[in-house]
Amino acid sequence: MAAAAPALALEQVTVTFVSPDGGRYTAVRDVTLRVQPGEFVSVVGPTGCGKSTLLNVAVGLLQPSAGRVEMLGAPLCGLNPKAGYLFQTEALMPWRTARANVAAGLEFRGVEAAQAQKQADEWLQRVGLRGFGGRYPHQLSGGMRKRVALAQTLILDPQIILMDEPFSALDIQTRQLMENQLLELWSANRKSVVFITHDLEEAISLSDRVVVLSAGPESHPMGEFAIDLPRPRDVAEIRLTPRFVQLHTQIWHAMKEEVLKSYAQQLH
Amino acid sequence: MRSNSIKLLRIWQLALLVAFLAFWHVATSPTLLPPLYFDDPNKAAFFFGEPLKIFERTWDWFASGTIYSHLWVTLLETLLAFVIGTGLGLAVGLWLALAPTASALLDPYIKALNSMPRVILAPIFAVWFGLDIASKVALGVTLVFFIVFFNVYQGVREVSFTVLANARILGASDRQLLRHVYVPSAMSWVFASLHNSVGLAFVGAVVGEYLGSSRGVGYLILQAEGTFDINAVFAGILVLTVFALLLDWAVTLAERRLLVWQPRGGGETEKI
Repeated sequence: MAAAAPALALEQVTVTFVSPDGGRYTAVRDVTLRVQPGEFVSVVGPTGCGKSTLLNVAVGLLQPSAGRVEMLGAPLCGLNPKAGYLFQTEALMPWRTARANVAAGLEFRGVEAAQAQKQADEWLQRVGLRGFGGRYPHQLSGGMRKRVALAQTLILDPQIILMDEPFSALDIQTRQLMENQLLELWSANRKSVVFITHDLEEAISLSDRVVVLSAGPESHPMGEFAIDLPRPRDVAEIRLTPRFVQLHTQIWHAMKEEVLKSYAQQLH
Repeated sequence: MRSNSIKLLRIWQLALLVAFLAFWHVATSPTLLPPLYFDDPNKAAFFFGEPLKIFERTWDWFASGTIYSHLWVTLLETLLAFVIGTGLGLAVGLWLALAPTASALLDPYIKALNSMPRVILAPIFAVWFGLDIASKVALGVTLVFFIVFFNVYQGVREVSFTVLANARILGASDRQLLRHVYVPSAMSWVFASLHNSVGLAFVGAVVGEYLGSSRGVGYLILQAEGTFDINAVFAGILVLTVFALLLDWAVTLAERRLLVWQPRGGGETEKI
């Protein structure tokens, strides 16, 4: 028997966008990224390097121009039914209460309404929102909405969770609370995670492995770093350990040039 | 403090109404003032009516019960025009918003139909559907339809890409997307235009009656006009205004119930 298939594999993926006026833009070129079952991988890179493009390919919202996507060894066609996706921006249905939002995925999959509501309540409790089930998204704070979105994704028990800078809009304290909660939920039921962020500290403190993307266009992975920090971790405390600082310095050196390149491009 | 200032505002509003009615009464009464503009003291009352007689006429209508059948017909026409127009607008709006080819094909015709002064269709509807309520409902429907249609169209196209993608990833089929994402989003725009569409359904009913009918408040006004009974004309207008306000109030109540999920301006606070 060969080694177990990776949970998610992007093989030689290239994505070229064509604009209506005929312009072409290659966001990512020849990206190969394999995520093992139960592994927490972060992808970092300067802004505009096609990080979100990769996630959209992995979940099936975008078709790659070239290359393959495999989910547990099987090629992906259409939307990825085994993936959960946490968006950077608001993705909750504003006309549904928190409970109905969390229950939505189960309802779409044909679970009976009463059963779905019950499970939704359990998940709301798990993300610390007991008693908020009847509120509408606009009645919740930004952090609470993220928790609802997290519960909405996790209730479907996805094999892989794709996260697109999910906490970038939160203030630093809320963000660290959410990160710790995410680690707690993840370690209780280890699924694979691909976590996109531009924040290197966040990437190191959460992950098993950090992949650095080069500046766009045509960005590609230009470095991989195993994070050997012990678990369980507290994201606020781990930042103060010498090993963290060491890893941070190492990865930052690899990234710095790309960040400057990306910055220079934005000025033009 | 706040309730006091609201009370004061209401008092002033009432005072304004009383002052207006008093001015109207004094200026049109044949005996209170010497004629200022007209050569005959009865002419002002002939042209502008007299408020007391208008109220008297209105009271007579309700006391004798003659108004009820007319009012019922007008309200029935309004309701039917509103329901049918909203239903059609919702269906066609959803269809065209989700079918870009059909929408591109029909675009100039929809624009043409919308810019046409549609009240002018009333005589045609009278020929097609007769002088009974059907022709008035048809006129109201053409007025309501376009408001709802454009709002639904807009509502569907403004669905946030993220919300849509998220629902699809959560496993929604095309039918579920329609039911759980497109329709609720479109409905919020429909409700936003509810005041307009109910108002126009009412306009369609009354204008239709006015142009040719045998029942309804519009018919009452037309008849009174035929006999130069200006007080009855104003009484009809008064009844229409009061019922238009009642309809508007009902819409506000419905809106409050149906759009709880939408944030209201200024935020909500909870009293503890």
